[in-house]
This record gives sequence, C-alpha cells and structure tokens, in this order.
Amino acid sequence: MASFIQLLVSGLATGAIYALIAVGFTLLWQTSQTINFAQGEFVMLPAFFILESMYLGVPFWLSALIGIALSIVILGLLFKFLIVDPMLKHGVLPLVISTIALSLFLKESAKNFYSSQAQPFPALVPSTDLHFLGAVVSTQSLVVLAVAIATVVALHLLLHKTRLGRSMQATAQNPTLARILGIPVRRMVLYTFLINAVLVAVASILISPIYLAKFTNGETLGLAAFLAAIIGGFNQVRGAILGGFILGILDNLSAAYISSQYRGAFPLLILIAVILLRPQGLLGRIEERTV
Amino acid sequence: MSRLGVIAVVGAAIFAIAAPFFLKPFGIYLISMWTVLTVAAIGLNLTLGYAGQVSMAQGAFIGIGAYTVALLTQAGWPYPVAFVCAGSLCFVIGWGLGYPALRVQHHYLAFVTLAFSTLVFLVLRNEEWLTHGVYGISGIARPTLFGWSTGKPRDFYFFSLGTLTVLAAATWWMLRSPWGRAFVALRENPLRAQSLGLDTRRYTLMAFAIGSGLGGLSGALYAPLVQFIEPNSFVLDLSFNLLLMVIVGGSGYFFGPFVGALIAVLLPEWARITEGYYLMVYAAMIMGMMAFCPYGVLGMVERAIKAVTMRGDPPTPILHAEGTSP
Repeated sequence: MASFIQLLVSGLATGAIYALIAVGFTLLWQTSQTINFAQGEFVMLPAFFILESMYLGVPFWLSALIGIALSIVILGLLFKFLIVDPMLKHGVLPLVISTIALSLFLKESAKNFYSSQAQPFPALVPSTDLHFLGAVVSTQSLVVLAVAIATVVALHLLLHKTRLGRSMQATAQNPTLARILGIPVRRMVLYTFLINAVLVAVASILISPIYLAKFTNGETLGLAAFLAAIIGGFNQVRGAILGGFILGILDNLSAAYISSQYRGAFPLLILIAVILLRPQGLLGRIEERTV
Repeated sequence: MSRLGVIAVVGAAIFAIAAPFFLKPFGIYLISMWTVLTVAAIGLNLTLGYAGQVSMAQGAFIGIGAYTVALLTQAGWPYPVAFVCAGSLCFVIGWGLGYPALRVQHHYLAFVTLAFSTLVFLVLRNEEWLTHGVYGISGIARPTLFGWSTGKPRDFYFFSLGTLTVLAAATWWMLRSPWGRAFVALRENPLRAQSLGLDTRRYTLMAFAIGSGLGGLSGALYAPLVQFIEPNSFVLDLSFNLLLMVIVGGSGYFFGPFVGALIAVLLPEWARITEGYYLMVYAAMIMGMMAFCPYGVLGMVERAIKAVTMRGDPPTPILHAEGTSP
C-alpha cells in the first residue's frame, strides 16, 4: 500500500507534465492542423536556455523567466512564421516532414552548442521527503504536481472564462464562421502557438530536475504527448489532460507491478485498444470533416 | 512514360551499373544502402503516395525482415527461402495491423503504426532468447546464388541492384495490370473510385500490406548488407527517414522513392564536410526543401517541364495524398 501511494504520486506528477505537453500539442492541432513532431524537442530545449542564462550568472528565477520568454520567441513566433506558415497551404504531410526535420535540428543544436552529456538542473524546491501513511513522498513530486495543475487550471480559465479564450475555441471549431463573427482568426492561431511555447517551457522546468537536461529527452516526451493526446481525444483539451494522467500513472504502476522491460508497451496497447473501441479518444468528439 | 522519362531512366540505369567501378568500398556500401532503402521506400510510396495512408512502421518492417533473414539463414535455411519468408511475414503482419485501423477513421493507421513500431523495438530488445537483445546478431552471411558468391561489396551491390530492379519492375507491372490500376484510381480520386464500385477500403488495406511486404524484403537485403543487426537500427528514426524519402522524392510518383532515397543517403554524407554539424545542415536542408518544393523533387521537375512546354498555361494542381481524402 505504501509503495502504491508512492508510485501513484510520482505517476500523477509525471502525468501532469505529460498533460501540459499534450495540451499544447492538441491546441496546435485544433487551430492550425499542425501535427508537431518536434513537440518533445520543444520541451527539451528551454532547459538549455535556462542553463545557458544561469551560466552567465543570472539567478535561477530570472533565468526561468528568460527561458520562458526565449521559448515564446523561438518556439512560438519563429516556429509559426518560419516553418508553419509557409507550409500550411500545402497540406498536412509536408509540414509533418518539416517538423520531423526540425526535431532532428533542435536535438543536434543542443548537442553541438551545449553538451552531449546530461546536465544537472536545479529543482524548484530542495528535495525533502514527506512521510504520509507510511509512504515516502518527495516534496519535489508534490510541487511538480501543484505547478502543473495550476498551469492547466489557468489555461482552462483562459479558454473558458474569458472572451479571448472563447474566441480561440471558436477559431478551433470553425474558422470560417469565427471569421464571419469578426474574430481575428490569424491572431487567435498565433496565440495558440505562444501558449504552446509557454506550456512546453513550464514542462521543461518541471521535468529537467528529474530527468536531467539532455538533448535526447525529447524522444520519449514527444511520444508520450502524442499518445496522451490520442488516448484522451485529439480534439479536446480535457482529453489531453486525462490522457496525460492515465499515461503517467500507467507508466509507473506497470513498471512496478507487471514488467519493467515492457513498461513502454502498456501505453501502446492502451492506444491500440482506444483506437479500436473509441477512435475519437476517451473524451473526444467525432470529427466531421468536410469533403 | 514520355521520351524524356525513358532517357532519364536509361541514363540513371547506366550510371547505377557503372558507378561501383569508380567508387571506394564505402561508396559502394552507400549505393548498396540506397538500393536497399529504395525497396522499402517503393513499398511506402504505395501506402502513402497511392493509398494516401501515413505509415510510421516501415522501419519496423525492415527490422522484422532483417531479423527473419538473419535468424533463418543462421538456422541453415537457404537465403532465397528466407527472403520470401521475410516478405510474406511482413505482408501478413501488415494486413493484420491495417485491418482494424482502416476499419475506423482513415488517419488512424498513422497512430497504430507509430505504436506498432515502438512495440517491435521492445520485442526485439527484450526477447533475448530469440533476438539476442541489445547484443544484436552479427556475422550474417551474404548469400551465394547458383555458385555466385556475393561476399564482396561490388558483387553484393549488383545482387541488391538486381533485386531492386526486379521488385520495381513487378510493382510497375502491378500498377499497370487491370487489378493494380485501382491503386492509381485511389491516388487520383478516391471518391470517384468508390462511386465506380471499387472497394476502396480493401484496396487501401492491400496497398498497406504490399507496402509492408516490400519493407520486409528490404530488410532481407539490409541484413546481409550490414552483416550486423541490432534493435536500435530499427527505431522510429528509420521510419521517419523513409517517410522523408518518399515525400522529398515526390509521393505518388513511381520514381519518387529512387530520388528520395538517393537524397537521404547521400545528403548527410556530403554535409559531413561541416564536421559535427552535418545532421543540423541536413535537417535545415530538408526544411528548406519542404518549404520550396512540398511536392518533392519530381513534383517540382514535372511543374518545371509543364511550365516550359505549355508556356502560359498554369500547371495543373497535382492531387496530393492528404488533400484528396474525402
């Protein structure tokens, strides 16, 4: 029981991070039909912005802000204007290839310009253990969970309670109608790219103390976000959140109780089951595509 | 095929036959790799370019084919039998994988194949009794056919070039047979194909299964070429790379995979003059290429030829795999 609680808490913590990444992923898909295969690398990179800034003597909190700002500029603005915009009119596939190439580019950049070695990354709080019902739970997991949930709640409020958020939703659901209603569709699409950049930067700050900052981090994270988005429902923010948590918990529990060698296989089996039984994802709507 | 096309193909064939006599062993290895990957890319082009389905498991099928051949030949089976087994096994697996995925929505095959690709890697790595796990299988022998040993690099190159030619000719013939013309119909206008009574779902599945089978045959060539296989060679990166070959060459064009594979094999090697940055340069080139010719090299060539021959007329838009899905 004690170990179960421990696994559950760390599963929730990883799940919350997966959820952040997956939400950004689905946002891009909904508003601009961008399947971002570099999403994992987007999470890997901000950690290096922050490390570089700290190397120049800037304190951690300020470096974190600089990291988020750089992420908005590079992974939000530049990504949209240099890569997505020129390709969008050619359909989904060329853009998929381009983001695959981008993921290779970012990975190699981090390796060449920083280091191929895993870099220690400062945690938000000093790691101490809390004892709870006989289980040992690290404060770090709890802080990760709290920050991730706060971010998701903030995003939820933004999307559902503000005029801006509703405009963004309208853009995602029906761009033509949104344009007729006077919503600046192009600007709304741009905002989702900026939000995605913030989400990946936050995820990067949360996950790097646990996994260390390494140029290959994006491979597993990108796959996890992809799986979470499909399991939960590709066209729903709620779905991506649910998918992220399912994936995080499943990953931890199956590794402990079933087989650590095949821990990577369980999410995939769930994925295949979801596709067969509920192809729109657990919380997704059936997508109606126009011919 | 136009006269220009015939000249281009004959020229390329002469070049492919003459090339190994002017290259060092590493160069011969590279062009052998090109022949091997082209086989897999032709298969993927059938899935992607004709049936419009994105498969992210072509690398995994190469892996299955390579392991099948390695294990069977080391168990004493003759190479041709192992070769056929590799292709058939992948065809059957492809059929089984595509059946449920294509029953639901059309773009779900991409996700299922992505998951499948990772599962194959896990099985190859973990089932040590069968695959030797991370240690891989080494010392895979190159086949001897009718007394002709393909042990030397140049001999093996001609063997795999020959296999490529036979498989490409078979695919060419298939696409022109009454049965295979349905694949072209599927590419040109799936909606019309369906209304003419074609069972498009069945043909889509067939295209995926045949494409996977060709992936297996490519693996059957891959194993004796590199002579050492391990699970890490067949991760998602390889599948992505194959996808890239098909799109960069021009998806839906018969000769697209030949061009795409050539670019994907040679470009990183040429970019090596930039030392450690070569993969960055390669990635940047691909991004640039996608921005300026999203229909691939052959798509661009076709437009250029049309622009020259039919001056004034705007080039007809080429139906694209994704854009045509109903």
